[in-house]
Amino acid sequence: MAVTREAMLDQWEQPSFWRRLTVWDGLWVLLATTGSILLWWLYQSYMNGYEVAIQVGCTLALVAWGVYWKPARSFVLAVAALAVLALWRYGADYALRHSDFWLKYFLESQAAFMWMSALYVLATVAYFAALLGRSDFVGKTATALTWTATVMGSTGLLVRWRESYLLGVDIGHIPVSNLYEVFILFALVTALLYLFHENRSRTRAMGGFALLAISGTVAFLLWYTFDREAHHIQPLIPALQSYWMKIHVPANFIGYGAFALAAMLGVAYLLRSGAEARWPDGLLARVLPPLELLDEVMYRAIALGFAAFTIATILGALWAAEAWGGYWSWDPKETWALIVWLNYAAWLHLRLTKGWRGAAMAWWAVIGLLVTLFAFLGVNMFLSGLHSYGSL
Amino acid sequence: MPEPIPTDRVEQASPHASPNPAVNETVTRQPNCRRTPSWALLEFFGSMNLAITLLVVVAVASAIGTVLQQNQPYPDYLLKFGPFWFEVFRRLGLYDVYGAGWFVAILAFLILSTSVCLYRQAPGMLREMVRFRTNVQVRSLRGFHQHAEWRLPDRDLDAVLGTVSELLRARGYRWRVHDGGDHRVVAAMKGRYNRFGYLFTHAAVVMIGIGGLLDGNLWLKLKEWRGEVVLETRDLAARDIPAVSRLAPGAVPAFRGNVMLPEGAAANFVFVRARDGFVLQDLPFAIELKDFQVAYYDTGQPKSFVSQVVIHDREHLGEQPMEATIRVNHPLSYRGYSIYQSDFGDGGSKLDLRAWPLTVARLEPTEVKGTVDSSLKVSGPTGPLTLELDDFRLFNLLPEPDAQSGERKFRNFGPSVGFKLRDAAGEAREYFNYMAPVQLEGRWFFISGMRARPGEPFTYLHIPADPSNSPERFLRFNARLRDSIWLRDFLARSAPASDESPEFRRDFERVRLSLVELFAQGGSAAVAERARAVVPAERLQEASALYLNILRDTLAQIFIEVLRTEGVEVEQAVGEREEAFFNDAVSALSALPAHASPFYLQLTGFQQVEASGLQVTHSGGVGVVYTGFSLLIIGVFIMFYTSHRRLWAWLAVEDGATRLLLAGTGNRRQAEFAREFASLRTMLERRLGPFEEEQSAPPTIPSPDTRLAADVGTR
Repeated sequence: MAVTREAMLDQWEQPSFWRRLTVWDGLWVLLATTGSILLWWLYQSYMNGYEVAIQVGCTLALVAWGVYWKPARSFVLAVAALAVLALWRYGADYALRHSDFWLKYFLESQAAFMWMSALYVLATVAYFAALLGRSDFVGKTATALTWTATVMGSTGLLVRWRESYLLGVDIGHIPVSNLYEVFILFALVTALLYLFHENRSRTRAMGGFALLAISGTVAFLLWYTFDREAHHIQPLIPALQSYWMKIHVPANFIGYGAFALAAMLGVAYLLRSGAEARWPDGLLARVLPPLELLDEVMYRAIALGFAAFTIATILGALWAAEAWGGYWSWDPKETWALIVWLNYAAWLHLRLTKGWRGAAMAWWAVIGLLVTLFAFLGVNMFLSGLHSYGSL
Repeated sequence: MPEPIPTDRVEQASPHASPNPAVNETVTRQPNCRRTPSWALLEFFGSMNLAITLLVVVAVASAIGTVLQQNQPYPDYLLKFGPFWFEVFRRLGLYDVYGAGWFVAILAFLILSTSVCLYRQAPGMLREMVRFRTNVQVRSLRGFHQHAEWRLPDRDLDAVLGTVSELLRARGYRWRVHDGGDHRVVAAMKGRYNRFGYLFTHAAVVMIGIGGLLDGNLWLKLKEWRGEVVLETRDLAARDIPAVSRLAPGAVPAFRGNVMLPEGAAANFVFVRARDGFVLQDLPFAIELKDFQVAYYDTGQPKSFVSQVVIHDREHLGEQPMEATIRVNHPLSYRGYSIYQSDFGDGGSKLDLRAWPLTVARLEPTEVKGTVDSSLKVSGPTGPLTLELDDFRLFNLLPEPDAQSGERKFRNFGPSVGFKLRDAAGEAREYFNYMAPVQLEGRWFFISGMRARPGEPFTYLHIPADPSNSPERFLRFNARLRDSIWLRDFLARSAPASDESPEFRRDFERVRLSLVELFAQGGSAAVAERARAVVPAERLQEASALYLNILRDTLAQIFIEVLRTEGVEVEQAVGEREEAFFNDAVSALSALPAHASPFYLQLTGFQQVEASGLQVTHSGGVGVVYTGFSLLIIGVFIMFYTSHRRLWAWLAVEDGATRLLLAGTGNRRQAEFAREFASLRTMLERRLGPFEEEQSAPPTIPSPDTRLAADVGTR
């Protein structure tokens, strides 16, 4: 049960973790677990033992996420509700996407991605308007737009997962198999990481910068959809037919998303410190987020990104040991993953042991994103190797 | 907010001498060490600056190997860079950067630096985990960012001590009390396992590095260097490879080798590629390929590659061999060896081929039978040629050529044969012919690709297919152009009736004949060339147009004659289809000389034999590396998401009152610690009764005390 702050101060023993949980926490755990079991019951015939284990792990992670960060619950429930609605509208007929009203205009994966794209761009504009116009209402609107966009994008990915099975049972796969799909994942992860920090730091001043990275992603996605027609669901090549894909790719994108967020905050840091030096009383020096906050969130994003990227690279190595004949082959993608890792390792050493702060580290975070971007995109565009799934 | 003073910078700034005796226990080292050379060496290798430099150097060095494609055949590099730069790059080891001596040395340096760092830091870290720092002074405690001070008029020291201990216990701290005579110090800490973060991650990097180096090519390099192994660079059959280029099972603890097995064949060895050659690694068992299957999706993309293999191993399996299935992502583990599905190819498919002559007047084709990976002697217009059958493919899934721009469609172009024509001098042209005609823009063509050098894109010859789906009409047309007796006769017969003089008619006939022959030998280019040679420049354009017109009319007449021989009704008019065919045929004829093949090789039948490319690996360091992986993951999370927190309470009796000073620090997550400290402070105030808070603003400029009192040791 919840304990009041007064009582807490008199009662020195910190209430144990379990005592701090509320009825809502219990309800959340129950709902998430039931939902997961239901999913397993429906789709168990498509899963092998490893995949069931991954589902169990994901369920635990989801439960923990919702307990640790309350807004995650409403988010997950909204996505789940919309996805269920889409699945119900679909039934077993993929062709309904052209005729069913709900599918055609909202829930079909392409429609959902278009909503996501539009809302993210609007949110970017709104965040900057709120920042420069110092309007709380516009700021709240921006947050709502970002949440809605993230809900639509996540729903789109889940629906696309189902659509791939409707296309053919042997074609079905988790939608993280090519550059188009992971770009959406990248936007969603970056948005969620940002929303977490917005929620924790109680300021929306960082929003425009984080959303700028996401809008860039959206621009790429739109070009990729309309110019390259990359949005069609393609069957998996044999090398990608593995349960490892389900954990390796998302882990990687938590890393990429966190690094992107850190870099955008680095940009904000450089702007603010430049503005403070040149126009100490100017608008920019007043409205941009404070340097200490930017520094702290930048560090936390890079620390999380580094941890996630470490896991992702190790998972990749374990997968490579099953698919390519060894845990390390110095394939260009692997090598660039190592370069990214070394780069942020150097950043963390400088900050944690040499105590570096300030503009130099912000610059490094921005350059770090260019290195990361090359590992993520450039390798696929310019270098050839084993990892050639996501070519443009 | 984070502490502006990095708690660990202290040690960097002056690791050896501590002017402040307050915290000398963890900071002081023997100053006389400084002079010995071994100490200097240790200092150099363990320095943070070297470590960060090495991280960046390894990153840059790794990037080099991704810019230049690694481990390609050496002739490709020679072709790309020319002899001079080829040699320079070869000596720099740029064709196998990750196996090059200098790269391995940099990696070894990083491992050494990390090890030295670990060696120097680990004892301090472990001490830090168990020692309560009771030997502190008021001055240094006041220097902490987080501190608070009270004067408690009505409380005695022991009661306050009791309250503080109670609070520490309630908050999960462990503590020691130090009686300093006129004062007491309570030194407490929590979350000391944060120090494992450093130990685990750095030990993990060392383990992964060493394991990785052991699984690399070090052993082979060592054996080469000692002269026990010599790389084989010739193209030999396995049984002919000399013993000095063979490795017995277990000779090296790690290798990655490949073998291509046709269906029905077996091998007890693999080829391990190194630089421009290879060594043969013997296996303690034999792998037999029973069957290889490729399955496709409806779209034509490959869905699975599956090898059914049989492992023969008398020693371990007896007479009963072991059957197994190997698929991509599902390798077979056997006796510490892993066998992977890594490639596929042709295992000697039997092909029926029809060679249609292209450069002579004869039409009758020659029927040929051959198997992939064999060669035949054929005669060409300028001497004997070797026809090397290289490749047979059942499917050719290629981007749809008729697709709108931006559209991603694929089409299966069906079976194909790849072959080379090598002349006596050893020069070869490579060809790639599709079996079935391909529809392009509504018309059907037999497509034959040619390239004079490996790596270049193919240029394609489009031979129009006739209504019976055969290249015969085009070939008959072609043969007619090369039959000078028939041509003379035909041109004489078909000359347009006119009232010109016989001389003019004879000259005109000669011009027509020579134009057709020129065209047959060198295409439109040769006709243009001739025009340039004989016509003055100012009349060139006009004359060229005239020549091409005459040529085109003549070719059209010949074509109609070809149609007539076929029995096509052409008396009224030539149909649209025939006209399109004629245009395509003229384009193809014009491209024929550049195609430089004496015949068109048509694939008429096949019996496919597939081959499966298997990779066999043995990895001796995998256990060490995987242990390192787990340590790294655990270590990273401990390091970032826990914090080693210390609290001190300094108590003294002063003018009948008790003075209490509370100070603390955490080595990570300072914002969180600041909140914790604030709550501890409020709790104490509520419990301690009436007090006078001492005002001592946190120092804006860090005093040396702060820096020294600050927590030590994380690197």
